[in-house]
Amino acid sequence: MWRSPEPRKFYDIIIVGGGGHGLGTAYYLAKEHGLKNIAVIEKGWLGSGNTGRNTTIIRSNYLWDESAHLYDHSLKLWENLSTELNYNVMFSQRGVLNLAHNEHDIKEIKRRVSANQLNGIDSHWADPKEIKKLVPIMNINNCRYPVLGASFQPRGGVARHDAVAWGYAMRADELGVDVIQNCEVKKIRTKNGKVYGVETTKGIIRAKRVGVVASGHTGVLAETAGVRLPLQSKPLQALVSEPIKPVINTVVMSNAVHAYVSQSDKGELVIGAGTDGYNSFTQRGGYNIIEDTIRSIVELYPIFGKMKMLRQWGGIVDICPDASPIISKCDVEGLYFNCGWGTGGFKATPGSANLFAHTIAKDKAHSINAPFSLERFVSGRLVDEHGAAAVAH
Amino acid sequence: MLLIKCPYCGERDQSEFTNGGEAHVTRPKNPEQVTDREWAEYVFIRSNPKGIYYERWVHSHGCKKWFNAVRNTSTDEILLTYKIGETPPPIKKFQNTLKSPSGEPDVGSGNFTVKKP
Repeated sequence: MWRSPEPRKFYDIIIVGGGGHGLGTAYYLAKEHGLKNIAVIEKGWLGSGNTGRNTTIIRSNYLWDESAHLYDHSLKLWENLSTELNYNVMFSQRGVLNLAHNEHDIKEIKRRVSANQLNGIDSHWADPKEIKKLVPIMNINNCRYPVLGASFQPRGGVARHDAVAWGYAMRADELGVDVIQNCEVKKIRTKNGKVYGVETTKGIIRAKRVGVVASGHTGVLAETAGVRLPLQSKPLQALVSEPIKPVINTVVMSNAVHAYVSQSDKGELVIGAGTDGYNSFTQRGGYNIIEDTIRSIVELYPIFGKMKMLRQWGGIVDICPDASPIISKCDVEGLYFNCGWGTGGFKATPGSANLFAHTIAKDKAHSINAPFSLERFVSGRLVDEHGAAAVAH
Repeated sequence: MLLIKCPYCGERDQSEFTNGGEAHVTRPKNPEQVTDREWAEYVFIRSNPKGIYYERWVHSHGCKKWFNAVRNTSTDEILLTYKIGETPPPIKKFQNTLKSPSGEPDVGSGNFTVKKP
């Protein structure tokens, strides 16, 4: 496990947010950059935010070169993560299908598959016959939006979300990182354009550098340092069913009818919905979104019609105008942001942490995350991934 | 699901409405003199407060008219709706129930059952 130390008065680096991204950042800062005197500050318990609320889907089939490099960097780290952390994150490469339901979907997905192949990503176009073989329970042609094909990425899959947070926390702790839970950062303090420290429920903690990875609340914290980020926070909902025998051994996502599903090792169906249509910080979301999702799920998989759902919840995701993340410095010296992961941050956990650690340690972006700077909203060089993001927003 | 009071039609179910993002965002008056940074501010950056928020809605499946609302984004409580063109009510008029910018409200969030005051 990890220690629960009282915070010191001063740290060289403070990471705000104890989810997978934040704990991973601390781990890579200590491991790869040999830095000491680091703290991770978390307002709840480890992984209590979106790390523990997502549907754990991992893939890298994004359209643009910049994103493909970023997400595939992450996927490569996933492939070795259990060994790296000496802790089983239960990474299961069971493949990910992204369904096409109309002519436009077919064109968009085929274009994306081609782009993926040029970037060396193992994505291919699967015809309805192949889909039916992979997922026999799917109703592909007797429905309002028939399944006309899909992209399939066999290296994609799922992992155990809590284990990712715990694994990084344990190894970071061994390397001397202070993991401080139940301590809320209320304000980022600055002095003469430089970061000074953070105000927390356990008092003021000074720091030379502060990295903020607080998902939905990143924008709120940035505002306290006078930085305005192009983020909008919305609830993203998910739900799980009662456990059943194995029926589906891959991950199926559908952008058009907005439903995605996989089956956990316990046998529960893990179902993801879309974002709510308005800004909100309530970690529950509206019931109409769940209704829409369930309607699509039952149409695609009539066999699930009589199943009972066990739990439903929402996480607050921070969405960028171009549906791509921000891993960047800002105008305040020593203040760094890793945010805007929107509806698909879990898959990027190791890659994002690894690159954010590099950005903080060197005070300079790694070549992979250089296109994901805040500067892109001024230059106009956006990385538009609304198609590959797979969740409508 | 929300119950929203359209200033023209009265209270209706949320499913009849579409959200239009932040209200009272004004386009720069002298576009030829505006720098790229200022354009970025106008085009991409919107307020995203946890608490009192001015926003626009449109009654898509009703009178199809746009209007403004004041909502608490930490509880989803709609405090007031008013017509386009009317002066926005001052923010001080509304009490923010939050104890800290990132803190949880007393009621209304999924976390409140596990948070001790």
